[in-house]
Amino acid sequence: MSGIPVTMDSPPPPAAKQSAQSRVRSFTRMLSTRFYVSATMVAMILFFAFLGPFFWGVGEPKQIVGGLYEAPSRELILGTDNFGRDVFTQLMHGTRSSLVIGVVAGLIATTIGVVMGLTAGYFGGVIDEMLMGITNVVITIPSIVVLILLSIAVGTKSIVTMAIIIGVTSWPWTARAVRAQSSSVRNREHVDLARLSGASTVSLMFWEVLPYMLSYIFMAFVLQLTSGILQEAALSMLGLGPSNAVSLGIMLHWSLLWESVRTGAWWAFIPPTVMLTLIAFSLFLLQSSLDEVFNPRLRGR
Amino acid sequence: MNEPFYSVKNLTKVFGGGQEQVVAVKDVSFDVTPGEIIAIVGESGSGKSTLARMLLKLSQPTAGTIMMDGEDVTKLKRPNQLKPYWRDVQGVFQNPAGSFNQFYSVRTVLEKTFNLHEHRLSKAEKLERIHKALNLVGLDPQQTLERGSHELSGGQRQRVIIARALLVDPRLLIADESTSALDASLRVTILNVLKDLSQRLNLSVLFITHDIGQAYYLADRVFVMYRGEMVEQGPTETVLQFPQHDYTKRLLADVPRLEGWTASPGDLSIEELAKALT
Amino acid sequence: MKADNISVQYETRVGTPVLAVNDVSFHLEHGEVLGIAGESGCGKSTLAAALSGNSASNMRITGGTVSLDDTTTIDIVKTQGIPRDWRGSTISLLPQRALNALNPTARIGDYAYDVIRAHEKRMNRREAMEKTGERLEQLGLPTRVLKSYPHQLSGGMRQRVVTVISTLLDPDILIADEPTSALDVSSQKALVLMLQKMMNEGMLSRAIFITHDLALLSNIATRISIMYAGEIVEENTTNEIIHNAQHPYTRALLAATLEPDPSIRNITIKGLSGQSPDMQTPPSGCRFHPRCPYAMPVCAQKVPGATPLGSGFARCWLLDGTTEIPDPIKHEEVVAS
Repeated sequence: MSGIPVTMDSPPPPAAKQSAQSRVRSFTRMLSTRFYVSATMVAMILFFAFLGPFFWGVGEPKQIVGGLYEAPSRELILGTDNFGRDVFTQLMHGTRSSLVIGVVAGLIATTIGVVMGLTAGYFGGVIDEMLMGITNVVITIPSIVVLILLSIAVGTKSIVTMAIIIGVTSWPWTARAVRAQSSSVRNREHVDLARLSGASTVSLMFWEVLPYMLSYIFMAFVLQLTSGILQEAALSMLGLGPSNAVSLGIMLHWSLLWESVRTGAWWAFIPPTVMLTLIAFSLFLLQSSLDEVFNPRLRGR
Repeated sequence: MNEPFYSVKNLTKVFGGGQEQVVAVKDVSFDVTPGEIIAIVGESGSGKSTLARMLLKLSQPTAGTIMMDGEDVTKLKRPNQLKPYWRDVQGVFQNPAGSFNQFYSVRTVLEKTFNLHEHRLSKAEKLERIHKALNLVGLDPQQTLERGSHELSGGQRQRVIIARALLVDPRLLIADESTSALDASLRVTILNVLKDLSQRLNLSVLFITHDIGQAYYLADRVFVMYRGEMVEQGPTETVLQFPQHDYTKRLLADVPRLEGWTASPGDLSIEELAKALT
Repeated sequence: MKADNISVQYETRVGTPVLAVNDVSFHLEHGEVLGIAGESGCGKSTLAAALSGNSASNMRITGGTVSLDDTTTIDIVKTQGIPRDWRGSTISLLPQRALNALNPTARIGDYAYDVIRAHEKRMNRREAMEKTGERLEQLGLPTRVLKSYPHQLSGGMRQRVVTVISTLLDPDILIADEPTSALDVSSQKALVLMLQKMMNEGMLSRAIFITHDLALLSNIATRISIMYAGEIVEENTTNEIIHNAQHPYTRALLAATLEPDPSIRNITIKGLSGQSPDMQTPPSGCRFHPRCPYAMPVCAQKVPGATPLGSGFARCWLLDGTTEIPDPIKHEEVVAS
């Protein structure tokens, strides 16, 4: 057999070879000031919640250290609450509980949302209609009502139970967004090529479709986390929070119940409110600055 | 040697149902013999890509049969049942960028294909096969293996995808518009790769294209598809020099040429052309 | 129309700008169709966008002047594009994909009316419809398309209708940017024949036609510019480009044009190796040298000047008179197997 000469491709130009170092450099250059500001804020909040108690804690969170609604002083910088407990210590523990609830609820909601959305988008057809039908039903039910009913039904709750309740009611938006993405990625040709390599459907979804949505899923997680924290605060304020823990919402619940506003004990309700605002603000800022990195269209605006 | 090993009979694909029913492919039949290059020519909407997906077993025909070595493979559906089929029939698609999962290196993309092999290959055997396949398509394995898709040009990507198909020593390669996303100068190179592989490996190629010029350059036989039906098939010279069907004649007359559109039986005036297109 | 020394770059977040168009000059007389041919990424669409006032947000014009019939010379750097009142009425753009240009919920007639109203405020709807219908009839298109929605028309019909609408205001210059690349061959031919008819009947006096398809271009253009990596490497009359191309890149493009003709059976045509350069760091000297089969040491060092060739020019060190020009590299015969 005579062969036809096939032109060998010349080695590609050096520009195509990007060193790992320069890739890191161009990545860090894409991170904006917004990212550094929000990341620093999140780090400070984490430090405050998880390591703070070791430095500034005044005993256990439920330990009574003074009288009712003692004003801030040199020893107790945020004063005491309605039981004479240290507000500052409670704030650190409460922030921790709120963060834990947010992360667990976010993980649960994101996982359910991704599984539902990925499956619906990948298969399309009847499966898609069924799963999206369920999703739409869950969306239309007012979630706060479900949350209240679930909280009442469960009775005594740990912070993890609390997180589960929030997680299983807040996945639908993630499911819908992931569905749209996965139905477009599944039409890329590499998915068909992987099928021609004998890959099973589950492995196609996992290895060929899912990687394209990782950045997206991560951002959905951050949003779910934030809204999980806020939902916990809302529930706890209504008195439906975890039974044996302190959270930011529970602090607000107590201060409402013991009329701190009327008595002018601002140190009981302002700190948890400010902390909630700070957490939500820094996480939203982080999410939008990461969006810029993942989504090149938003860069340089 | 030149007995057909692959044959398709009355293949039909219907999308939707009731009033909105669309017949994308209608009653298509043909045989393939070892080592031949067949071009399936048709415009967008002619059903050629739907046909390719059915032949690759990525979509199920509504009616008709696909026979491989006298065995009916039409009904096979599960990936595990289809592995032997995919060892013989492989595909290359239109868009070299979309054919790459941007998260994987060339090596990872290629290694996935070993999933089709009956026996587990040792690492050294795999590497040897990969080197051989990359060399066949004119790529330097040392330079290519660890790269990601963004570090390759369109032509290089399409070669990697062809190499991917070659790893299983297929007997039939289905190339669906595999050159149309490439620049003209790179396109010729890929066509040369296909021609060379067909000769060296006795590989049959089904080259699906809208470009009758590429068909003429490459194919031994040409099939013309129009609105889901195969309106003409025969040896390239015969079909393109003595076209029988009006559609083939028009296609040949309308291809832009450097010397201008030639007066030929299919040549229409602007008014006639406008009428034919509406 | 004269355009001189036009340079355009794209800003990137990482800093180094992409030099998409570099020092491009051309002129366009009445009755001419200038063809600009080149492969993806050569800057031809960027040039069209800059000249028609359709700049992208990250695009920056860094040099160039445009003048019309020697009356006014406009520095397009200061204004970052052509004057606003030129758009549509003096220079009109026919975009790549008509579908994207049309609002899916508006009828074709509404679109035509909007285009007319933008420049002729006094014309009422009925007059506008009449004017458009007349034009469509003249060009052999059915007037009922005015009542259709874009999705009801075939791709070819849509593109022809958009062509008619973008020339309704009798622009001095039509810039057609890859108008045929998504069409099948018959629709391509119909569009080109229609443009020719418009030229012949005076509805259009001159045009720039941009495409990657040299064969199609040779059917409409009177002169052809070949672009590579943001620069014009060769320009000449269509006849000279097709029969007597001098630049190795032009020749490679011509050789790669596969026509359904017995002459391409049983031969192997060589393609180019490598890829178009990264425009953040274009190659030194002649930008084509890394892929050129005839590259000499000088090609990597110095930028070749324009060598005049009768009615056109080419930029290549092979043409400076000291080197022998190799035979055209059209085909390479292969021994039949």
